[in-house]
Amino acid sequence: MAGTGKGQKLFLGLVFLILYAPIFFLIFYSFNSGGTMTSFESFTWEHYAAVFEDTRLIMIVFNTVIVALLSSLLATTIGVLGALAIVYMKNRKLRSTLLSLNNVLIVSPDVIIGASFLILFTALGVKLGFTSVLVSHVAFSVPIVVLMVLPKLLEMSNSLIDAARDLGASGKDVLTRVIIPYIKPGIFAGFFLALTYSLDDFAVTFFVTGNGFSTLSVEIYSMARAGITLTINALSGLLFIVTVGLVLGYYALNRRSKTLFTGVKR
Amino acid sequence: MQSKSARALYLIPYGAWILLFVVAPIALVGYYSLFDLHGSFTFGNYRNFFSSIYLRLTLSSFWYAFLITLFSLLIAYPTAYYLTKTKHKQLWLLLIIIPSWINLLLKTYAFIGIFGQYGPINALFAAIGIGNKQILFTDFSFIFVSVYIFIPFMILPIFNAIDRLNPALIDASRDLGANSWTTFRRVILPLTMNGVKSGIQVTFIPALSLFMITRLIAGNKVITLGTAIEQQFLVTQNWGMGSTIAVFLILFMFIIMLFTEQREKGGTGNGRNR
Repeated sequence: MAGTGKGQKLFLGLVFLILYAPIFFLIFYSFNSGGTMTSFESFTWEHYAAVFEDTRLIMIVFNTVIVALLSSLLATTIGVLGALAIVYMKNRKLRSTLLSLNNVLIVSPDVIIGASFLILFTALGVKLGFTSVLVSHVAFSVPIVVLMVLPKLLEMSNSLIDAARDLGASGKDVLTRVIIPYIKPGIFAGFFLALTYSLDDFAVTFFVTGNGFSTLSVEIYSMARAGITLTINALSGLLFIVTVGLVLGYYALNRRSKTLFTGVKR
Repeated sequence: MQSKSARALYLIPYGAWILLFVVAPIALVGYYSLFDLHGSFTFGNYRNFFSSIYLRLTLSSFWYAFLITLFSLLIAYPTAYYLTKTKHKQLWLLLIIIPSWINLLLKTYAFIGIFGQYGPINALFAAIGIGNKQILFTDFSFIFVSVYIFIPFMILPIFNAIDRLNPALIDASRDLGANSWTTFRRVILPLTMNGVKSGIQVTFIPALSLFMITRLIAGNKVITLGTAIEQQFLVTQNWGMGSTIAVFLILFMFIIMLFTEQREKGGTGNGRNR
């Protein structure tokens, strides 16, 4: 195939520019002492200082991280078990039904997930707040873990398990010493995606959170609705660094397992 | 092979998850759609949905989603195609993907500044003599920001599809006398259709149900099915009507999935989008 021509490079360059411009625009004004996103007065760290001084905001960041870590851990556990259940399912029809049901939450729009979970929690009498948010995040992260683990399980040769059995391994040994190590890259990828889904979620949390509990996305939404504050800009500068770090981590992880970019964030 | 009890152990938590968070919520939405504000049984919500207000809302929501998907595709396809021809394509792809990992709210918030009365776009307009324009709270800004958000999700499956294409096929087509346009239309496009379908799926369905971007960027001018559901659930507190709209959104979702279903197994990326 021919190399990239001038026009193509220009086109790609333009796409890159448009994709990155808003992000750097935000970060640029986070250093503005003027307090607006229109005219840059002089360089300042004051908005970053404001982020760290705002105990409420720090608390919300803390909540967000806790929910993300806990929910992805739980979702990974359920998801791995689910992938095992699907693989060992003998009945083909039941198996494909399970797989389709698994994918329902992946293609469902957030608003539907949020609204239906709100009904569910109300019907069950669960108080809206930390619990409902955590449970929702576990719920919508499970299917992606299943999808990340399943291909690894399917590509695993049965003779590995037979060999372990012949050598005297018990059922539990086979699981913890043969299967789990083999599918580890899939588990990590699933955990990672679950983590980012949770960190990034806005709509579902918006529906199922009560008055007292907020995550970063919901907080940014209410701040943005109230108008422009450069604290959000400073926050986005910090989040950009964290995100790039996470992406590089995920990239390094995937490079090893050769399943580059089979998963994409919502 | 694992023993029967072990298999049951795997199935219990996962099965419970499916029943509680996949089956039950959909059933509850269907159930709630049959009740009015006062909790009495009615088909009124469905009658309402077929009134002119909601039909117009549905149509306009589809129209916006169509435009967003179309523009995303028009930008994403050539981008993906050119990306596959670059030297370090995986690295470039990663760079395209990174913005999609930045919190959606922050990107949307950025556009409030960029499109604002005194933002850089208006400054540019003033400099070239067009003068100050109201950009924020218009259809244009809504579609622009939505396309911006969806482009990476559209690029990814298309990139994977093109990347998997056997270059010998293109050489063969050229050797047999096809020009580049014919090669594209008769060889490249049909063979990468699965990627395009995945891209449409991860763009169109979320575009129907956007509500955060409409609120922040379009003011209350653009109402999508998503905005209507949010409005009914969280503002008007009319869960019955909200559920009815949700039922139709779920139906549309299944129809779109049927249309964009992959014929081959192992599709071109299980992209997921919100």
